[in-house]
Amino acid sequence: MRSVGANARRKEGPEKVGGTAQYIDDYDIPGALFGVSVRSQVPAGRIKAVHFDPAFPWQECVVADARDIPGQNVVRLLGDDQPLLADGVIRHPFEPVLLVAHPDRATAWRALKHVRLEVEPEEPVFTMEDSLAKKRVIWGEDNVFKTITIKKGDCAAALAAAPVVVEGTYSVPHQEQAYIENQGMAAWFEGETLVVMGSLQCPYYVHKALQPIFALPPEKVRVLHCVTGGGFGGKEEYPNMLGGHAALLALKAKRPVKMIYDRLEDMLATTKRHPAVVRHRTGLTKDGRLLAQEIDIVMDGGAYMTLSPVVLSRGILHATGPYECPAVSVTARAVATNTPPNGAFRGFGAPQTLFAIEMHWEKIAAVLKKDSLELRRANAVKIGSVLATGQVLKESVSAAEVLEKTVKRVGWDKTKKAHARWNADAKKPTLRGLGLALVHHGAGFTGNGEDYLKSRAGVAVDRAGRVRVLAGSTEMGQGATSTLAQIVADALELPYDAVSVERPDTAKVPDSGPTVASRTTMVVGGLLRRAALDLKTALEAGGKLRGPAAFKAAAKRLCGTAPERRFLADYHRAAGSSFDDKNYVGDAYGCYGYAACAVELEVDKATYEVKLLRVVTAQDVGKAVNPGVVEGQIVGGSVQALGWALLENCVYKDGALQNPRLTDYVIPTALDVPDIDVIVVENPYSNGPFGAKGVGEMPMDVPGPAVAAALLAATGVLFTFLPILPERIQEALCSQEAA
Amino acid sequence: MIRLSVNGKRRSYAGHPFKRLLDVLREDFRLTGSKEGCGEGECGACSVLIDGEPVNSCLIPVGQLEGAKIETVESLGTPEKLGRLQKAFLEHGGAQCGICTPGMLVAAEAHRRCGGSTKRQALCRALAGNLCRCTGYKHIIESVAAALSGKR
Ligand code: FES
Ligand code: FES
Repeated sequence: MRSVGANARRKEGPEKVGGTAQYIDDYDIPGALFGVSVRSQVPAGRIKAVHFDPAFPWQECVVADARDIPGQNVVRLLGDDQPLLADGVIRHPFEPVLLVAHPDRATAWRALKHVRLEVEPEEPVFTMEDSLAKKRVIWGEDNVFKTITIKKGDCAAALAAAPVVVEGTYSVPHQEQAYIENQGMAAWFEGETLVVMGSLQCPYYVHKALQPIFALPPEKVRVLHCVTGGGFGGKEEYPNMLGGHAALLALKAKRPVKMIYDRLEDMLATTKRHPAVVRHRTGLTKDGRLLAQEIDIVMDGGAYMTLSPVVLSRGILHATGPYECPAVSVTARAVATNTPPNGAFRGFGAPQTLFAIEMHWEKIAAVLKKDSLELRRANAVKIGSVLATGQVLKESVSAAEVLEKTVKRVGWDKTKKAHARWNADAKKPTLRGLGLALVHHGAGFTGNGEDYLKSRAGVAVDRAGRVRVLAGSTEMGQGATSTLAQIVADALELPYDAVSVERPDTAKVPDSGPTVASRTTMVVGGLLRRAALDLKTALEAGGKLRGPAAFKAAAKRLCGTAPERRFLADYHRAAGSSFDDKNYVGDAYGCYGYAACAVELEVDKATYEVKLLRVVTAQDVGKAVNPGVVEGQIVGGSVQALGWALLENCVYKDGALQNPRLTDYVIPTALDVPDIDVIVVENPYSNGPFGAKGVGEMPMDVPGPAVAAALLAATGVLFTFLPILPERIQEALCSQEAA
Repeated sequence: MIRLSVNGKRRSYAGHPFKRLLDVLREDFRLTGSKEGCGEGECGACSVLIDGEPVNSCLIPVGQLEGAKIETVESLGTPEKLGRLQKAFLEHGGAQCGICTPGMLVAAEAHRRCGGSTKRQALCRALAGNLCRCTGYKHIIESVAAALSGKR
């Protein structure tokens, strides 16, 4: 009967494979208008006038601008700096200025060709260097959204005394989430209550963001989740904006309004992964032991703050990698540019800084003439290690285990030798290489994030003994629904099918926090397990329950005259852990997952095309509540990372993405990736439900540097950036030859 | 007036002949199983069979389809009575967010009808026109292979 550890079927699976699952655009909302957004088209400036082409039937349309906002013109998040609609000032090329709704979708889209904005341009800032140099101040006093520093020991002295010092600079680009379902929301008013539903990760974020815009109290705003066609962070915060837009049009039109982006608008206007530049100066002993790590991180936040401070926070906390070093000094800054705001994307700052540290090991290995594997082995964290924040790792540390399992499976030495023979043969059409990377990933919200969230989740039982999971956590493909139901089923000793999951709806479920940060299984699953155990205790007041009939009878007794009883659990920080978020000292995460990845590839000597031959990855998730779902997360995340490493190339000009289509922004197809070989490691975490510590993001961290390391092995070139496109390889190899 | 067969039923359409088949299916016939991911023939979420051939319905003006036989994901089975491929996707984790799934299923069905090799390379080629951002394809390929080899 145990369902934790079994491949329970997705609850929502039959509708998804049957083609009847209702995504937002599949809803036929009677009387709904279709809304579109008029955007700035220039990166910086002031709006002088708006011209409406008189030839277009504007009388059939509803048009809204900033003046129609009944409350505050703000998209509430960490800062209140982003307006819902531009109020005179333009800060990036796709700033929404006006909204137009029409009963006919095609006519609504056509309207966009008949509005013209007159903008007085201002000097834009596009690069992180220009922003830091204050070429023009476009945000706050110095263009810096947030600065964070971490200090451990005396880094300057340790660097000065170190026998070997290695420096390197690494950069990573934007990345588009490229969920296959574009963003979409619908809104209407029921009496005085605003109802918004759509494709989203965090119903309570939208709930919170809509209140100030419409000057409504919490109970007058209701947010519903629809089946969501992928998020990966891209639907964490943007739905706040899109929900606000649909709602504003609905208010003005006095009718429901649906807004569904097309691929072009989605790629141009919504958030991407933060690009980053990371500089390392590392002091080591001659045999490769870490003595000092000095790291400087700059991330491009785009025009508004959105989630940049927390992305930066996760980035800095992963910057040293899963290694122990006695002296550390890290500085991280997120800066403003006149580009669309960057935001959450699976990994949330960690893939950026982990790429840098892992490539830096390759550089150090070259300087010391050692195998980078040996360096990782010598420096990897173990129980008792002290991280840069002073956090002592007390349990569930698997850096060595995931590393050794990966190395063994891929046959490290044997494969390397085979490649050496292959590459020595001039007649072979390709160059082959094997590379490796090792990462850790903090489970759950960073630092005190979980304390601020005060998450709550629970279970309900009705008189018929039916159990429902109550949580605001959303299913977006990652398997949250089945995983949470499995945890509850086991806590109650019920079959999996006896537990259902309530649709996330702020009128019906408590706020279990956002569906982000690989926190759903570990944190929300933990709350649900506690709530279920409370329910079980209450049910067993009259004695142990044997069998379904006894459960039913006990439920009826427990409910009394009420239709159902609810048991809710609130988040409490684990005893004995603390984090000082001013000085970045203490337990940054309750626990960490660990992952290693080995990539074997070949480069065509004539076309410079890269073919992935093998990808092996071992990942410690604490406990695989649903092994199929866990493997699905690991494979899916790995392939996104392989895309980031080799294919996905965001080209920007004048602050705007130049390839905003799936035709020219290439994501992996089935032909681009090998069968990913996954080794799931289960090293339980005492505070996670059944030992689970989360898996969603970690797979994104590790293949990028493993690919670059494999290319180094194949070509002798250390690529310090992504994506590594054939033309980059050609350039590097040709200039190597010339030298 | 355009007459066509959709999932074995006779249908007619009297609107604009340039309307995309995808929109006719979704809006006029209320068959919302076929999805729009890109609107320009790149993602395959809108895949349907036209006279047995897999086609991106976002690229086809309905005016070209007089007398054509259209099959969508809905023809493969219902949630209550799933077809073999659908069952395999459910059991082997072939659907995560599910938005690519209808198109994947249609592409897999087309592959089944033309021999249905279960070799990895053949399956990858058959599904190469359909993008999935969630699964990394592994479980989709395993699902199709399982359905075609009759393995449960
Ligand atoms: S919507 Fe037709 S191929 Fe993408
Ligand atoms: S399952 Fe989400 S895109 Fe394929």
